[in-house]
Amino acid sequence: MAQQPTILASEAAPSPSRPRARAVPVARAALTAVALPVLAVATALVAGGAIIALAGRDPLLAYEGLWEGCCASPRALSETLVWATPYVFTGLGVALAFHGGLFNIGAEGQLALGALVAAWLGYALPGLVGPLPAVVHLPLVLLAGTLAGAAWGAVPGWLKARTGAHEVINTIMLNYVALLAVSYLLNGPLRDPNPLNVIARTPEIALGARLPRLAPDLRLHAGLLLALVMTGVVWWGVYRTTLGFAIRAIGANPAAARAAGMPLGRLLVVTLALSGALAGLAGAVEVAGLNYRDELGFSLGYGFDAIAIALLARAQPLGVIPAALLLGALRNGAARMQFLAGVPVDLVVVLEGLILLFVAAEVLVRRLYRLPAAGPPLVFTRGWR
Amino acid sequence: MTPRRLWLMLVAVALIVAAAVALGREQMAAPAIVASMLRTTLQVATPLTLGALAGVYCERAGVVNIGIEGMMLLAAFGGFVAALAAHAALGDAAVGQSLAVGVLAAVLCGGLAGAFLALLCVTYRVDQIISGTVLNVLAIGLTGYLSRQLFFQTGMPHAPGVLPTLRLPGLADLPLVGAVFEQQPIALAALALVVLTHGVLFHTVWGLRTRAVGEHPRAADTAGIDVARVRWVNVIVGGLVAGLAGAYFTLESVPSFEPLMTNGRGFIALAAMIFGGWTPLGAWAASLMFGAAQALQINAQSFGLAVPSQLVGMLPYLLTMLALAGLAGRSRPPAADGQPYDPHEADT
Amino acid sequence: MTEQSPAPADAAPPEPADAAAPLLEARGIVKRFRAVVANDAVDFTLRAGEVHALVGENGAGKTTLMNVCYGLERPDAGVVYVRGRPVALRRPADALRLGIGMVHQHFMLVPVFTVLENVVLGVEPHGPAGALDRRAARARLRALGERHALPVDPDARVEDLAVGQQQRVEILKALYRDARTLILDEPTAVLTPREVDDLFAVLRGLAASGAGIVFITHKLSEALAVADRITVLRRGRVVATVRPGDTDAAGLAALMVGRAVALAPTKPPADPGPPVLQVESLSVRDARGLLAVDGVSFAVRAGEVLGIAGVQGNGQTELVEALAGLRPLVGGTIAWPGVAASRPTPRAIRAGGTAYVPEDRQRDGLVLSFSVADNLVLCAYDAAPFARWGQRDAAAIAAHARALIAAFDVRAPSPATPVARLSGGNQQKVILARELSGRVRLVLANQPTRGLDVGSVEGVHQRLLALRAAGAAVLLVSTDLDELRALADRIAVLYRGRLVATLPAATAAPEHLGLLMAGHVPSPT
Repeated sequence: MAQQPTILASEAAPSPSRPRARAVPVARAALTAVALPVLAVATALVAGGAIIALAGRDPLLAYEGLWEGCCASPRALSETLVWATPYVFTGLGVALAFHGGLFNIGAEGQLALGALVAAWLGYALPGLVGPLPAVVHLPLVLLAGTLAGAAWGAVPGWLKARTGAHEVINTIMLNYVALLAVSYLLNGPLRDPNPLNVIARTPEIALGARLPRLAPDLRLHAGLLLALVMTGVVWWGVYRTTLGFAIRAIGANPAAARAAGMPLGRLLVVTLALSGALAGLAGAVEVAGLNYRDELGFSLGYGFDAIAIALLARAQPLGVIPAALLLGALRNGAARMQFLAGVPVDLVVVLEGLILLFVAAEVLVRRLYRLPAAGPPLVFTRGWR
Repeated sequence: MTPRRLWLMLVAVALIVAAAVALGREQMAAPAIVASMLRTTLQVATPLTLGALAGVYCERAGVVNIGIEGMMLLAAFGGFVAALAAHAALGDAAVGQSLAVGVLAAVLCGGLAGAFLALLCVTYRVDQIISGTVLNVLAIGLTGYLSRQLFFQTGMPHAPGVLPTLRLPGLADLPLVGAVFEQQPIALAALALVVLTHGVLFHTVWGLRTRAVGEHPRAADTAGIDVARVRWVNVIVGGLVAGLAGAYFTLESVPSFEPLMTNGRGFIALAAMIFGGWTPLGAWAASLMFGAAQALQINAQSFGLAVPSQLVGMLPYLLTMLALAGLAGRSRPPAADGQPYDPHEADT
Repeated sequence: MTEQSPAPADAAPPEPADAAAPLLEARGIVKRFRAVVANDAVDFTLRAGEVHALVGENGAGKTTLMNVCYGLERPDAGVVYVRGRPVALRRPADALRLGIGMVHQHFMLVPVFTVLENVVLGVEPHGPAGALDRRAARARLRALGERHALPVDPDARVEDLAVGQQQRVEILKALYRDARTLILDEPTAVLTPREVDDLFAVLRGLAASGAGIVFITHKLSEALAVADRITVLRRGRVVATVRPGDTDAAGLAALMVGRAVALAPTKPPADPGPPVLQVESLSVRDARGLLAVDGVSFAVRAGEVLGIAGVQGNGQTELVEALAGLRPLVGGTIAWPGVAASRPTPRAIRAGGTAYVPEDRQRDGLVLSFSVADNLVLCAYDAAPFARWGQRDAAAIAAHARALIAAFDVRAPSPATPVARLSGGNQQKVILARELSGRVRLVLANQPTRGLDVGSVEGVHQRLLALRAAGAAVLLVSTDLDELRALADRIAVLYRGRLVATLPAATAAPEHLGLLMAGHVPSPT
């Protein structure tokens, strides 16, 4: 009997070829990667102008006010940089979480706690252990804020690793919990006992715990330099270290990472802890460099801002700087815009939403301006699992 | 979603009410505490129930919707403004009609927000969590901006009133549970929608197709179902329901609008949906549970609780986290939840 | 009053007016996916009352052609005719309306729905206000099941059914819609030999009643057994259309591949050493908490290949995942080479010399967006020489990649190419290069040749046999009996999570194995 020939191929492929990713020329891809966010911002500004006009105000005047407020004088520029400083830290944190496939909307709470802990150590520590030289006190204060943020980020990370609970809801819940805790403490045990003080805030921190100003008469402080340094550190960490490699792996394909032996649970916790640490550092820097105390309400809105920045930067650490500058400029210029054109400062939030929209729905921008695709779209969602 | 978990949630509600009695019996009589807690629970659970139902519609069709908070906020503001405008046009004699117009406008705002979300998530296949975030940010921005632009000069006005409480005579006079039969219209609508959604989802053709699209969109596609259309309709319906939740805030709860007044309720509603196993009944029971926690927080002052208000205020949020953690991997969302569907991609 | 959507028509004889025209005809079909031409001017005809097999190796274009006929893909050129009339098929709904049904290779069934719900999806009988009429559906389903010898329980959840039963549901789906043309894509891959015979009987019955069946397969023996005509595709082109009586398996194979067929590799006789992997009373749960592996005990010795046979869904996946350290044990013990701890991490198991080639290469084996080089160090990324003090050494990683690419003949433009751009065969080579280089004492290979073309399959088999010759122990899980009989020294059969028999491969007859795979323990003769 004739031997059965054995074509030993087993089950057929699902379809002759998964359409393989076409190689887009590198230069064109890079150009598009830069052009897209710029065009997204431009489109958002145009759309925002339309909204202003619909509400009966002058968009050109509004944008003129925005420009004056953010960039038209040394003081304005300094203030923009001041605004941008915490944005860099929180943007880096969210970008880092994105690399790990995680959505950290908790920057607000992490920042608030970082600021609180930093302020507390800033004013209370000399009273407890005696006078401290700046070279000890300042780093301690910054470190404490960083650790507080890290702890607050680790909690949702641990919950996700242990129970699978999605970090979107938990980070938002912890935002509210953190803000309530800060409110309680600022109104109570940590409140400035000075009888002339009527608002919820801590006493001023010691001189040794302050970041130096970078120029006389301006509020620009050394925190900006620290932000630039951290950008380099995060970039190096993500792309040159083994930890960064592991974080990117669990973000790109957690199943394969786990099968290859990576400790998935531990990496989840570490990623969110690092993300929170950066937000906590942002809060500490604000306290040590700008306000020299912690005050109720200064941290509102940072959560979504950080997400917008990270998305605008396409989660690239180096892209966080221009994105943070942009949002800082918008926030800073808003007051002048309101003064000049009667457009409420909340418009900046609308602009932020529009920028987010056009960055996320890049296909809209691409279609408008006829650009080719610059790589796979940003997709993080894997549902609630 | 098992009957056991449903009972567990109702037991949790009972426990929270019992805790309230224990804490407040120095200040008030126990029956009064129970009645007050039940009434408040049902009230504050209303937006949670509606928000969770909105989530059920969207997610059963496979679209993750974290923008419920934004939908509620937009609807709250839109309904508020519409009620004011109607009142200005119709005069004091027609307060009821003005409020009705407001509710309608709120629902429509929710529907528009749903259409926006569907455009992003279904047609353009943008990442769904990012789409929800865009909706939330735009909602916060637009409502803040418009409320300040419109009312800056004049100060924030009050709505002509709140929706009236409807009483079921006889039953409403019962001790303790009488409060259950004395509810405002949106609260009642929420209960009706729970039943309606259950019927639609599990006993109609439309519900079967919706669930198929959420579990295995390619199977539904090959069976001849238009996946995109099913998702579009469900997301818009979810938006309409979320719009009703928004109406609660400015037309049933307090007759005014405040920026950020939803205060995270949209996310708690999401947690209620998850904890309720993506079913209407489960969503309702979980909303009652979270509502009871909020009721405890609201009534804490009148119970003479010595704990600072902020710490009590944490209760709903902590309970939400606890509930989600307690699920510990036992939650089973629709299998294709969160995955954009591309009919032309080989092998999704 | 129950309405049906659309209106039912019981099996009617083909209209006399169109009796001459074939049921389904494709003329000049061209379909390109980016750079690859999947179908190159393909002509295909299906007559009423015939079973027509469509054969070719993986990647030949069979599924694409049928996807075009079913409306899942739109051709770049060419026309599809149904009963002589040209049609424009934009979506499966169009094909369904024209009486074409398709049973896919990966079932289009909603796991959490019941059989009933899956069958009526899209054509649900309903009452007023869209209320689902389950009773009417149940009755019609029962009648259909009886008529075509496809008994099912309408209220069973599909995810609880065995794979063979799920396939029955898929066929009933098409019949419920009065399909006169039925396309089956690799239906026998998940069936035991006995179930294959049952399926053939059903198909012949359907053909006798006037329907037309297209039967896609790469198993030539089956095509010869059941088909009235056989069309051979190779690289997107039709090579020949023959009758089974005019050819034999060797002839078909030659047509399929275009060259002399590689017979099963001859392997030197086994010389097994001491046991390398020992499993005692192992029990493992699946994702739903049910017991997938139930008290399994076996050992794999150095220098031997132990094959695990069984129909998909009998616990193979869970068994291998437990052996790789990715699934917790609920009972029993595993002793890995080079591992002392009782519940080691996947890392530790790897470090002891175990290699893992997962079943789903794109989900568990590779990070598609990473480069070839990064995927090659996915397991050892944080150890010397690829990293020191937490800093990655790009030069060392690149050199390592170049060496492995050469050694394993991976066709990639450069080590920095994202793995997603590689073909399936080359992707598998990357996984093999990563896992099988270095000191390997045990190989866990789960369906390593799935979806690969003949050349790649041969390459994988050679690698595994080379490891065997070098003294490694190989555990090979496969649903392909031919592959197992060619490579394994011993074959164990897994049925419902239990090891029902272990036989020497040389003497194991396919019929015997088939019975064991179906759960029949034959009585001793």
